[in-house]
Amino acid sequence: MGLPTQKWSRAEIAFWLIPIVAFFVFPKYLTLGSQIMIAALFALSLDLILGYARIISLGHAAFFGIGAYAAGLLAKYGWGEPLTGLVVAAAAAATVGLLTSFLVVRGEDLTRLVVTLGIGLMLYEAANQAAFITGGVDGLSGVQMRKLFGVFGFGLDGKTAYVYSLAVLFIVFVFARTLVRSPFGLSLRGIREGERRMPAIGVSVRRKLVAVYTIAAGIAGIAGALLAQTTQFVGLDSLGFPRSADLVIMLVLGGAGHLYGALVGAAVFMVLQDYLANLNPVYWQFWLGLLLVLIVLFARGGLLGLLQSVQKRFGASRR
Amino acid sequence: MIGNFVGVVFDGIAYGSLLFIISIGLSVTMGLMNFVNLAHGAFAMLGGYAAVVAMTRFGVPFLVTLPIAFIISALAGAILERLLYRRLYRASHLDQVLFSIGLVFMAIAATTYVFGSQQQPVQLPPFLRGQVHLLGLDLGTYRLFLIAVVIAITFALTWLVERTRFGAAVRASVDNQQASAGLGINVYQVFSLTFALGSGLAGLGGGLGIDVLGLDPTFPLKYMVYFLLVVAVGGAGTIKGPLFAALILGVFDVAGKYYVPQIGSFIIYFMMVAMLLIFPRGVLGKRA
Repeated sequence: MGLPTQKWSRAEIAFWLIPIVAFFVFPKYLTLGSQIMIAALFALSLDLILGYARIISLGHAAFFGIGAYAAGLLAKYGWGEPLTGLVVAAAAAATVGLLTSFLVVRGEDLTRLVVTLGIGLMLYEAANQAAFITGGVDGLSGVQMRKLFGVFGFGLDGKTAYVYSLAVLFIVFVFARTLVRSPFGLSLRGIREGERRMPAIGVSVRRKLVAVYTIAAGIAGIAGALLAQTTQFVGLDSLGFPRSADLVIMLVLGGAGHLYGALVGAAVFMVLQDYLANLNPVYWQFWLGLLLVLIVLFARGGLLGLLQSVQKRFGASRR
Repeated sequence: MIGNFVGVVFDGIAYGSLLFIISIGLSVTMGLMNFVNLAHGAFAMLGGYAAVVAMTRFGVPFLVTLPIAFIISALAGAILERLLYRRLYRASHLDQVLFSIGLVFMAIAATTYVFGSQQQPVQLPPFLRGQVHLLGLDLGTYRLFLIAVVIAITFALTWLVERTRFGAAVRASVDNQQASAGLGINVYQVFSLTFALGSGLAGLGGGLGIDVLGLDPTFPLKYMVYFLLVVAVGGAGTIKGPLFAALILGVFDVAGKYYVPQIGSFIIYFMMVAMLLIFPRGVLGKRA
């Protein structure tokens, strides 16, 4: 693998044309579309810490939920301007990310797993108990959004929500793409491949991990805020463990450590869920479990990993 | 007030004993195979359902359902270890986590399909119901029974690990797999047996715990945190560490829910994070 460049390949440009084409081809599915964008953004944030820094987190929904509640509360109590809402949500989530990152980066896989899980559950309990602020199990309703740029209202057709989510996703993606191809991103990969050797070449592992955890928390907060703003509601489940688990599944389904894997995984997961979970939620959980087991046993790289190995085989036979 | 407090501590110890018996298998698999098995609770659930089915469908007396729960979970553990887990001993922790979460999801869905999502009933025999008057205190008979069972099992396990040939093989394999294999210990067989034993104990705990923990398909997820916490705080690969962690956890959880119910399970999550900060490798963790 050579040094990464910041140049965009044709396949990438083609990839980003898909959601634009989908906007015109599937006008009835725009709501699902924006849900996919939000899930993709959330999965992207996990990819930064899991795919690039190999920190296993089972509590990433904490930051999603913080972003969602921050944006939701802001809009409920009078400040319904979407873009500043996103900024506030990102800042809130990143702050909590920074504070908790010190707990997470110490210790090994098992400790990290339990600590992230514990922090997630703690926030869930806190939001559950603080019903006078968050609405508890009933969720936070009465979120009033203003028009985007004062022009585009968040209507029932979902057009604004779709374009808005897509634009935010793209901007954050460009940021993440630049980040992982920067020297900082390279040192993260170094940590992933050999954590003990990195200090030998002068990299402060701790500081890098704290930085990437904070950034990922902020991005997760943006994703949460997008959900709160486009659905004008925040449910307690935005903080729950199932959301964290689903997120990990999306990422490994697509393939961790590519950024695009997060997007593909989120899209496939959400579409599958939309079809299967409506048939019967219990079966859906069974298939989800089976899918995970199969991915681990036979397709470690996820869908993108499969695609790459097919490509490699195809390329080899052509030669 | 004092009696009340003693009662809470007593309930907490009974609860902690139960957590210990379920989690000890997880601690061993983590210490021995370095395998993060989030599906451990599924084996406990299997034992619970085995006990319930034996009791309600076949009229087996309660005390006899416990060995049945043990055997069925141990068998399931042995089979799954051979077929699936063994392939992943060398995989990354992430793969193990994903794989075992997948198993949990499948277990939950399959259980819901077969038994429905409601809580399962347990009919304790008359001599285990009610309370015993002891030293001026009213103590739940069943909880005393739980504690007694766990004490017996702890002694048996300690004996097994410290005094038998099998135990020596287990300890050797935990310390250094390659050297043990070189000395002629069949390490994979040791893995299989300990995995089966750990699953069996989880199943036994599941059967014992129906009255205290409840039993419904979400069991493996609901208590996953507790099992993980016991192992993470207690340190993997020991008996004393998890026992200590489980008892502390049990007492704090029960006391928290009794004295400050408004913050609910918050206290336990907070404790968990706090303990892991103080002891990042577990209270008695041995791996450096």
